[in-house]
Amino acid sequence: MLLIRCPWCGPRDESEFHCGGEAHIVRPLSPDDLSDEQWADYLFMRSNPKGAHRERWYHEAGCRRWFNIERDTLTHEILRIYRIGEAAEDKKRAKAKGKGA
Amino acid sequence: MSEQRFRLAQGGRIDRERPLRFTFNGAELTGYAGDTLASALLANGVRLIGRSFKYHRPRGIFAEGVEEPNALVQLGQGASGEPNARATQVELYEGLVAQSQNCWPSVDFDIGAINNRLSFLLPAGFYYKTFMWPKKWWMKYERFIRRAAGLGRAPTGPDPDIYDKRFAHCDVLVIGGGAAGLMAAQAAAKAGARVIIADDRPEPGGRLTGTRTIIDEAPATEWVDRTVADLDDAPEVLRLQRTTALGYYDHNFLTLLERLGDHLPSSARSGDRQIRQRLWKVRAKQVVLATGAHERPLVFRNNDKPGVMLAGAAQAYSNRYAVRPGSGAAVVFTNNDSGWESAIDLADIAGMRVTLVDVRSELSNPRRTLLRRHGIELLAGHAITDVHGNKSVKKVSVAALDDAASGYSGRHRKISCDLVCSSGGWNPAVHLFSQSGGKLSFDDQRGIFIPFESKQPQFCVGACSGTLELGAAILEAREAGKAAAAACGFKKRASAGALPEIEQSEQTPIRLLWSTPSGSGGRARSKHFVDLQNDVTVADVELAAREGYRSVEHLKRYTTTGMGTDQGKTSNVNALALLSQTLDSDIALTGTTTFRPPFVPATFGALAGREVGALSDPIRTTPMHEWHVEKGAVFEDVGQWKRPRYYPLADESMKDAVDRECLAVREAVGILDATTLGKIDIQGRDAAEFLERIYTNNWKKLGIGRGRYGLMCTEDGMVFDDGVTLRLGERHFLMHTTTSNAARVLAWLEEWRQTEWPDLEVYFTSLTEQLATASISGPLARPLLADLAPDIDLDPKAFPFMHWREGKVAEIPARIARISFTGESSFEISTPAGFGRSLWEALIQQGRKYGLTPYGTEAMHVLRAERGFIIVGQETDGTVTPIDIGMASMVSKTKDFIGKRSLSRTDTAREDRKQLVGLLTQSPTEVLPEGAQIVDREGPLPMPMIGHVSSSYYSANLKRSIALALVRAGRSRHGESVVVPLEGRNVSALITAPEFLDPEGSRARS
Ligand SMILES: [Zn+2]
Repeated sequence: MLLIRCPWCGPRDESEFHCGGEAHIVRPLSPDDLSDEQWADYLFMRSNPKGAHRERWYHEAGCRRWFNIERDTLTHEILRIYRIGEAAEDKKRAKAKGKGA
Repeated sequence: MSEQRFRLAQGGRIDRERPLRFTFNGAELTGYAGDTLASALLANGVRLIGRSFKYHRPRGIFAEGVEEPNALVQLGQGASGEPNARATQVELYEGLVAQSQNCWPSVDFDIGAINNRLSFLLPAGFYYKTFMWPKKWWMKYERFIRRAAGLGRAPTGPDPDIYDKRFAHCDVLVIGGGAAGLMAAQAAAKAGARVIIADDRPEPGGRLTGTRTIIDEAPATEWVDRTVADLDDAPEVLRLQRTTALGYYDHNFLTLLERLGDHLPSSARSGDRQIRQRLWKVRAKQVVLATGAHERPLVFRNNDKPGVMLAGAAQAYSNRYAVRPGSGAAVVFTNNDSGWESAIDLADIAGMRVTLVDVRSELSNPRRTLLRRHGIELLAGHAITDVHGNKSVKKVSVAALDDAASGYSGRHRKISCDLVCSSGGWNPAVHLFSQSGGKLSFDDQRGIFIPFESKQPQFCVGACSGTLELGAAILEAREAGKAAAAACGFKKRASAGALPEIEQSEQTPIRLLWSTPSGSGGRARSKHFVDLQNDVTVADVELAAREGYRSVEHLKRYTTTGMGTDQGKTSNVNALALLSQTLDSDIALTGTTTFRPPFVPATFGALAGREVGALSDPIRTTPMHEWHVEKGAVFEDVGQWKRPRYYPLADESMKDAVDRECLAVREAVGILDATTLGKIDIQGRDAAEFLERIYTNNWKKLGIGRGRYGLMCTEDGMVFDDGVTLRLGERHFLMHTTTSNAARVLAWLEEWRQTEWPDLEVYFTSLTEQLATASISGPLARPLLADLAPDIDLDPKAFPFMHWREGKVAEIPARIARISFTGESSFEISTPAGFGRSLWEALIQQGRKYGLTPYGTEAMHVLRAERGFIIVGQETDGTVTPIDIGMASMVSKTKDFIGKRSLSRTDTAREDRKQLVGLLTQSPTEVLPEGAQIVDREGPLPMPMIGHVSSSYYSANLKRSIALALVRAGRSRHGESVVVPLEGRNVSALITAPEFLDPEGSRARS
């Protein structure tokens, strides 16, 4: 059972949350302009990586807020928790990576 | 009463002042407080405990703790009966009743033992092979297999005991109360950390209570007592005895099973206060695993007979329980030093005549002298070649091993004895470490798997990490305790105390021997038992390898080794080592099977805790619930809600009651408790825009004071929920959802608002519990309401259909909405929940003169089906679009909404999708079963199915049966006839429009 640090409520058990699948799937602005394949891609296709995965979580039995988690699907380590609307790439980490390179 | 012939005159940690009576297989016996059932049986000379799983071979007590594979007993009987209890862990109590398992008619004379003679018919993979034989054979074998399989008997009634659950948080959780665990807990506590220490035995000390270890020049138990006293004085330490860690999950979350009542006599257990077991759910910042090690047996011919035991177990019975585990002579068979310690204690403490058979030949002279001083005969470089005796050991054969340990040299010699002890080394108990995701490495020299790489914040200390030497284990544990506390932010303030002094002794390395050689030239080792609980032999492992089972996971499933209630605690490492040997591969590469929770079998009761019976799921009731109960309503569960299904009068049948309620609504007036419908208050600048995106139809132009039916889809275009939403103000709506979808819809709205459209200003609040709603429906609804709401103009012109008004009903503040689910003129009257019952009773009282009839969900279903109104979840199932149910007119062409694009996908745009239709059976009394399949015509099987019945009732108003169905291209097939095949007969039915009454809907508008 994961320990999830809700950005608003602090650390709580996984059982209070609901996982909403992959994050950063943006709803197309003009669905009518899309081919069936493009629409199906938005609707059904999701990545399934071994390792870091960004996903949406909902604190259903708490503050009822959605937020994003970056989680290692292999170890279940939670790498980052960030609010909806924040960039998918962690700026600080990206910077650190840049320095190392 | 018996005299406990095998009880030593002194010593042990038993209370000789407190004798306890118990029965085993009907015999009345006595033991002492502090005994386990196993030690008490041994004290009484009971050696034969049960029969083995497959061959029904006689079996005795093999171990002294959690790892016991053999001594499983049935405790108690009836509802409180417990199967497969490990006699080695069952604490003795007054009046304990235990019985042997897996034997009939008795453990002494067991008919199933014929399997032993037929064992050549039951090799590895027997069960799997039976599946591959002709099917009709399996029918014959199945009965035989089912009867032979299984161990104890399941309880026969509901569990009468109380179980508890508790959540806890701590800085440092220590698993294991042996030397290492106590030391680690003490060090962490001294640093100021909040510590929980869990130990599975009744008293702390672990293996120290079963040996004669010296610490600080005194018996080690004195050090244990001091350390425990220290822990118990510390304010932030919680010590749990009789508590076994079951599982180690992500993020340092562990479950512990505490046994609070299992050791109490039955009289102290009954009553409504005594909790039997408590499941702890602990989240720890740091975990210290001090789970010790399990001794592994040596594998030799007939090593399963009663009287064959682990050496450390025999030693513990002598020391901890003052029991002599055999009558006079013992043979200890070892490949490592701990067998020596056991042999010496059996000689000194139990007063037995001991022969030590050591597979090692290079032993130092001082060590040989030591044995002689204790009167022990040493056979170095020897092995046991066979064990003789039927229901108990009588003799063993021994012989010198050749240099490669692949055969014997010299003569076989017989030694009389009734106790055979073996020690093949100690396997670190890495179960929890592995469950936590940790990686193991294999130590070639010692033949053990040890923790190698942790995946969670944890430490492994003592025997669990392969540190078998006591002094080193204690040092390691103290450092881990300090480090764990430091990792939680507790800096080293005080000294962790002086390290206890432990004498070092000379050590000789282990000589690995996974099985003794067969002895007589290539004979299959079919009596060399590897897994005692599952009757898996060396021959079985070799057969599996020959048949191509190279993975240890496959070996496990094919031979069943490592399965069962002990999960191979004494057998796994031997089995995989033998597999590697047979395949001539590396043990490290072969690896272990996956360790999974629970570490020991757990009762369902403990997992359920208090959440049983009425507490298994919350029950939601409306403010009018008691009235329904008083009127004799029959309830049905809708989600967690209790809703009246119908209100039978006197001895009315369900059909009669539903018919009466349905007729009353169409002919006079009925009243329904509609409180359970989901109600979501929606407010904000962009509330209308939000609804526009969520619902399939248009909302922006809906006037204040009006309501509109809405349909919502998921993004794949399938119907998700429906209901009427009222516009309360420019920026204020009240949405109704279906009863069982209310929470899902609220979450759905939040999801879109927060994750996709954070720019919209709109807020959602559930009002389901805050409002009570009574719906009155029927031609007399208006005059009834007019009596009670004189201030509201109810004229259809002033208050039209799909409008709402506020005012007083029977002096109670109310909002009235003209919404109809029955097709009749209806008024839904909502009031704050606290007024619910008053409102209801006022309507009932005033309604008498109009023939007001309370009706339940069943009549509601019939009435709406007469009109062809769908129920989400009944007519829809996640594969049905708005167009499929004939609601194309509800789907906006001009705006986008959730799911819209999916409605023009090639599949959803097909003309021959299943579509909602009405169905009238040829016989008007025939009520089709819901879910029945529909075919085109009678004919030979198989025939294609073209649809299914989604709703079906008898309609008293129409004086015939009606049904709704989803039929392929159904809309273009009105007037055609189809067939519904039922069991043994076919029913013809006519496809119609899905409306049976008032298709124009004029009655609801009136
Ligand atoms: Zn929260």
